[in-house]
Amino acid sequence: MSTEAPLVEVRGLRTWFPVRSGVVNRVVGHVRAVDGVDLVIHEGETLGLVGESGCGKSTLGRSILRLVEPTAGEVYFEGKDVLRLSRGAMRRMRRKMAMIFQDPFASLDPRQTVGDILGEALDIHHLAPDARRRKERVKELLDLVGLSTDFSNRYPHEFSGGQRQRIGIARALAVDPSFIVCDEPISALDVSIQAQIINLLEQLQEKFRLTYLFIAHDLSVVKHISDRIAVMYVGKIVEISPAGDLYRRPKHPYTASLLSAIPIPDPRLERQRERIILKGDVASPVDPPSGCRFRTRCFKAQPRCAESEPPLDTVNLGDHQAACFYPVG
Amino acid sequence: MAFSHLLELDNVETHLRLREGTIKAVDGVSLTVDAGETLGIVGESGSGKSMTALSIMRLLPRSGRIVGGKVSFKGRVLTDLSEDEMEEIRGTEIAMIFQDPMTSLNPVFRTGWQVGEPLRIHRHMRRRASIAAAVDLFQKVGIPEPRRRVAQYPHLFSGGMRQRAMIAMGLSTSPSLLIADEPTTALDVTIQAQILDLLQTLNRDYGTATILITHNLGVVAGMCDRVIVMYAGRIVEQGRTDDVFAHPEHPYTWSLLHSIPRLDAEQHQPLRPIEGVPPDMVNLPPGCKFQARCPFAIARCATDEPELLQVREQLARCWVTQAGTRLDG
Repeated sequence: MSTEAPLVEVRGLRTWFPVRSGVVNRVVGHVRAVDGVDLVIHEGETLGLVGESGCGKSTLGRSILRLVEPTAGEVYFEGKDVLRLSRGAMRRMRRKMAMIFQDPFASLDPRQTVGDILGEALDIHHLAPDARRRKERVKELLDLVGLSTDFSNRYPHEFSGGQRQRIGIARALAVDPSFIVCDEPISALDVSIQAQIINLLEQLQEKFRLTYLFIAHDLSVVKHISDRIAVMYVGKIVEISPAGDLYRRPKHPYTASLLSAIPIPDPRLERQRERIILKGDVASPVDPPSGCRFRTRCFKAQPRCAESEPPLDTVNLGDHQAACFYPVG
Repeated sequence: MAFSHLLELDNVETHLRLREGTIKAVDGVSLTVDAGETLGIVGESGSGKSMTALSIMRLLPRSGRIVGGKVSFKGRVLTDLSEDEMEEIRGTEIAMIFQDPMTSLNPVFRTGWQVGEPLRIHRHMRRRASIAAAVDLFQKVGIPEPRRRVAQYPHLFSGGMRQRAMIAMGLSTSPSLLIADEPTTALDVTIQAQILDLLQTLNRDYGTATILITHNLGVVAGMCDRVIVMYAGRIVEQGRTDDVFAHPEHPYTWSLLHSIPRLDAEQHQPLRPIEGVPPDMVNLPPGCKFQARCPFAIARCATDEPELLQVREQLARCWVTQAGTRLDG
């Protein structure tokens, strides 16, 4: 692992949302979407973040970009705590960070042309001194994502899902960022289109030395694109490891069951695989279980798991850590 | 009555009349399902896989009509039945479960009441007996505390629980065929594993034949005896799952298998995306519908459409493999 300072460092991050109820809208509890996360992301790497719906992975991505305000903790970007920046300083910082969303239709304004969508990002950050330069840059961006440069006068509805996601990527690139949060960027796309977008993201990363936080629920996609993978369960990171290692030697029972649950397109292999079928549903982030949050579904749980919460470095193999008292394997 | 297959589709054609024009959503589909077997139908959105299922059930949207061919079930021609007779078949002989368990239960009725409904209508059961039967069915599909659960409304059920309830309802009259249209697409992977495990158990214990419609090749590999691959309303490949995955004979199947990242890939291999987009169903090109995206296409593919013919162990609609070329050669 590199010794230079990480590009992104997250310490003790908490993002809680109030749950209100009754006539006076009293706060009756909190959704602990992100509940104490420590994480570093190195320059030029792709950190994959996986977990099931509601585990807090999207909220974590948004909290790092300060698109939602975290409740507590610190997020350092290039050594500066972005949660304590003034509005002006934050705006300047935003230029270095971007986000790609899951649903490319919902995230593009239907009344703006592609040229306007991309130009807007340039205008906000004063990146195009004049109209000619602005037009050139829009063409450049379209070209980068593999779209025809004639498309700048068209509207989002004229494009297919894959093309719209390319527009979403071009918009993210407009500000020339160094860090991009990709939030389920291919889950809404048809199977035959997904590989196009994955390859494009990989090419762009190489070309501009981008750093990605790649959020997805599909572990096979995450394993393909990531250098390291963090697994999240009910607001916490339960395991983090280099991608290949996580697949070969999962330590946390949750990771092991996630991996075993993913079908592999090979009938002979599928017949031999032992599947770990978890009981029940994901625990509630409003009222998480005591101790380890996974213990209610865990096949290895012991009384100790209910009494205290295992920290992430309970299993510590250097760059591979897991929050479990009774790891598998 | 003597019949050779449980279900037989003979050259079924279903058209959808849309504002943009008429779409041949299902274009000459022939297939068979035998008692107790699991048939997979794979394809992306718009390939006609769901329309094939809805044609069997005669549950097409208002814009849809079966304009040709014949669907036979246990020797009876479903396409000739009156709506009342068809209703009886749907309630007792063929059950269907849908992708979105969130919208397929009625929010204003208790789950037990809904699950027992087919029994009241088709088996003339009394109210109490139907609820008691629902308790047994909940038990069978693995819903914990069934006695308490039947009295609850659907909003208290998680996605996985709702899908279990839908399966329970489908099974209430012991149908001989279950059609599952993307039953796990809306669910998380660990819940998907639970539901697939349940479907497999039911198939084994009760001999219910299953048609599993999915875009996920991994799900097919683990679940299905035979598989049909659809593209642009047609069957492009059909065969035993083992054969189709080991040596696909249609370039679309081949390309799909090469474009998805595999969890078991040892090292990072670049994906081979399928270039381009699926054809416009209103103005289908002449020749093979996959031709424009096909890495193996020859001149003839652009002008003549191939038939679905025997190629080695399976059937494929491709000039190239029909001429003896091996895609992996």
